[in-house]
Amino acid sequence: MNLEGKRQIWKDYQKEIADDKYYYARSCIRQTFFPGSEWAYLDILGHKLGKTVLDDPKHTTCTGIGYHSDVVPVETIMTIVARHFALMTEAGFENMTPSCITSFGIYTEILHTWETHPEWEEKTRDFLWKATRREFRKPKNLAHTSDVIYKFRHEIAAQQKYNLTNVHTGQPLQVVDHIGCHYAKMFPVKGIGGAEFPAVLSGMVSAWGGESIDYPERRHCCGFGFRNYLVLANRGFSVANSKKKFESMQPYEPDFIITNCPGCAMFLDKWQYTISEMEGITYGKNGYGIPVLTYEEVAALVLGYDPWEIGLQMHQVSVEPLLEKMGIDYDPDAKYKNVRGEDMGVPACPTYLKV
Amino acid sequence: MNFWGFSIAEARVIDYDKNDKSMATAMTHEAPASKLCIGCGGCTATCTAGNLTEFNIRKLQMLVKRGETQEVKQNLHKCMLCGKCLLVCPRGVDTRRLILSLMKFINTQNSNF
Amino acid sequence: MSVIIIGAGPAGCEAASQLARNGETVELIEKECETGGNLNNWYQLFPDRKNAKELSAFLRENIRHPNIHLHLGCEPVKIIRQSGQSYSVHLNDGTQLQGNALLLTTGFRTFNARRKEEYGYGIYENVITSVELENFFTNHHIQTSAGKTPQRIGLIQCVGSRDEKICNFHCSKLCCITAVKQAIELREMLPEAEIICFYMDMRMFGPGYEELYREAQEKYNIKFIRGRLSEASENREKQVIIKAEDTLIGKPIRMTLDLMVLMIGMEASEGSRHWAAQLGLYVAPNGFIQVKDPHFATNQTNIEGIFVAGCSSSPMNLTDTLTDARSAAMTIKEFLGKNDKNQAEIKIN
Repeated sequence: MNLEGKRQIWKDYQKEIADDKYYYARSCIRQTFFPGSEWAYLDILGHKLGKTVLDDPKHTTCTGIGYHSDVVPVETIMTIVARHFALMTEAGFENMTPSCITSFGIYTEILHTWETHPEWEEKTRDFLWKATRREFRKPKNLAHTSDVIYKFRHEIAAQQKYNLTNVHTGQPLQVVDHIGCHYAKMFPVKGIGGAEFPAVLSGMVSAWGGESIDYPERRHCCGFGFRNYLVLANRGFSVANSKKKFESMQPYEPDFIITNCPGCAMFLDKWQYTISEMEGITYGKNGYGIPVLTYEEVAALVLGYDPWEIGLQMHQVSVEPLLEKMGIDYDPDAKYKNVRGEDMGVPACPTYLKV
Repeated sequence: MNFWGFSIAEARVIDYDKNDKSMATAMTHEAPASKLCIGCGGCTATCTAGNLTEFNIRKLQMLVKRGETQEVKQNLHKCMLCGKCLLVCPRGVDTRRLILSLMKFINTQNSNF
Repeated sequence: MSVIIIGAGPAGCEAASQLARNGETVELIEKECETGGNLNNWYQLFPDRKNAKELSAFLRENIRHPNIHLHLGCEPVKIIRQSGQSYSVHLNDGTQLQGNALLLTTGFRTFNARRKEEYGYGIYENVITSVELENFFTNHHIQTSAGKTPQRIGLIQCVGSRDEKICNFHCSKLCCITAVKQAIELREMLPEAEIICFYMDMRMFGPGYEELYREAQEKYNIKFIRGRLSEASENREKQVIIKAEDTLIGKPIRMTLDLMVLMIGMEASEGSRHWAAQLGLYVAPNGFIQVKDPHFATNQTNIEGIFVAGCSSSPMNLTDTLTDARSAAMTIKEFLGKNDKNQAEIKIN
């Protein structure tokens, strides 16, 4: 693959990312399945990079899951998003940074719709006023939180305690990136690197010493698809997409998968267990799975956070093989202990997937 | 219903790399004019069987060419060998011979087991 | 009376030769150091597999005429329409030319395949364009980036044509027949390879084209799959994995190619775009120069005295380009005659 060709494309897909004072919008899925991930993001931004981020308790779901499952009408989601903008405005912030890829896609889509159909913006302002007596200004800058980490990837590298190198071989770790569909497929210009050769995560990987793998099904959807995954009868073709990706990446023997989408991280992680139980197949070495990490978790590991402090025990696929490769100093016995050092209990062992 | 309530779906994509093309080789050998099809569907429109069943001779020979043989085996016998498709084909494909060559290939294969 | 022709590709050369032989003086301007334009990038021509050099030489020979002044390596920097029916063209070498009619034979440019990002041109090692394939033919040697003989080759049609995503709504007309011709040439070099064309429609509009398509299927065993390439990726062996729909079967299809050839379409050249804007010529939505009437005035533009021929007005094959050039010569000749008569009448009055 010719890197120069990719660089030419990346030049066309750069975007403006505010450099401080972020209004943070949490993700439903991320804070449920990987709560340490969002905590790590806030801690890195606040304590390592010295940025101001408002984690507003008044903020709610954007209803994207409902919207994409055909149960929330567009007027409703627009009004809820307008309320988010109102909270941001009231708090004196102008830069919106959603943690969820689908929220990012929805904000992008709604702002675009308001631009091309101003009557919808007027209507939404009206709805919001009637419902909450709130008013809003549109964000001056909209960036996904992975864009923010991308922007500061070199600053993070400068403070690194570990990097993405296999300490035993000295070779860079082989990393598969997975970009959430709603990050750039709807609006390629809103994603760093565009939709075909995205650079937002691979840029972090190379800045932190790893090597990004461009494998044939790299662009393929993980299969989440909201209504498809939510309805049991459709789950079979939903999971088949993740399986297709695992099969395509397996020959490259990736050390881990990095994703920027909460749903994808949950899917790619948990489905490895499901596939192993249903078909007895595992995709890592020696019966292990391929660890799946969010970009916040990867940044936190690089910066030397304790793996259990950032919640890596919440992952289905064991991260220990990766921690060993990176030479991270961790306490295996602390994996299932809470902050007070009490035993939380150990989850049951899968039949095939080694943990 | 298994424990999960669903099973992992099989891809319906034509996996051209993996598909066995021996049926296509046999068809091209026995009925070389099959290479000339331009997919117009004249044959299917007039087909005696195709108007009453799922049999689609135009699609059938294309499936053979891609190595999707399972579907072919399930449908081949529906042909009534009337020969009308032969009359309408603008490219002079010997459709009747094509069908017979496929039947022969399948029969030979079956007798091998 | 003299005619200024911008562009000495096939259209410019043919029009120049026809005008000269009919007594007109021609100033023929070409920015490159040789005549022939895009023809110089081709090895053999469809439908008769004529060597492109043969046609090029024929055209070059025809413009060796005392009435034709060839300005090679020159570009117009300024064109001024003067009172009466006269144009003054300033060249970058300082020459100033006077003419009574202007003929734009500024031709086409091939589509920049990098713009179809999902096809990976410029990134994947074994993705080439149809123009690069002609180069392989000229050198009588074809291999993958790793130096191996390709076992399966895919020719992808409509790259940069019939595609709103890259703002090219038009059909480039020639890519279908080019694919058929190139597939046959590939077969002659690689008797064992599997050669597959992916097409949306086979638009065999010219004489002998449909026949060549048939021959490609029957004699050369070229396979045709109806479906537009959706995306390509590269595997570890640097092969190209492609995804399309086999639309006549109604299922997605995927396969591995050792070499993928993109049949790049035609766009109005920079010269056509530039001079259309400078001279105030109407441009069609597809970017080519709009002719005055699609039936009666195919060489005239909205401005009297400015004419077009060949691919400056739309994608054309060489047959049509040369015919169009001869038609332009005749149209210009008639225009100059009328002009001459008008001038004479003015003098008498």
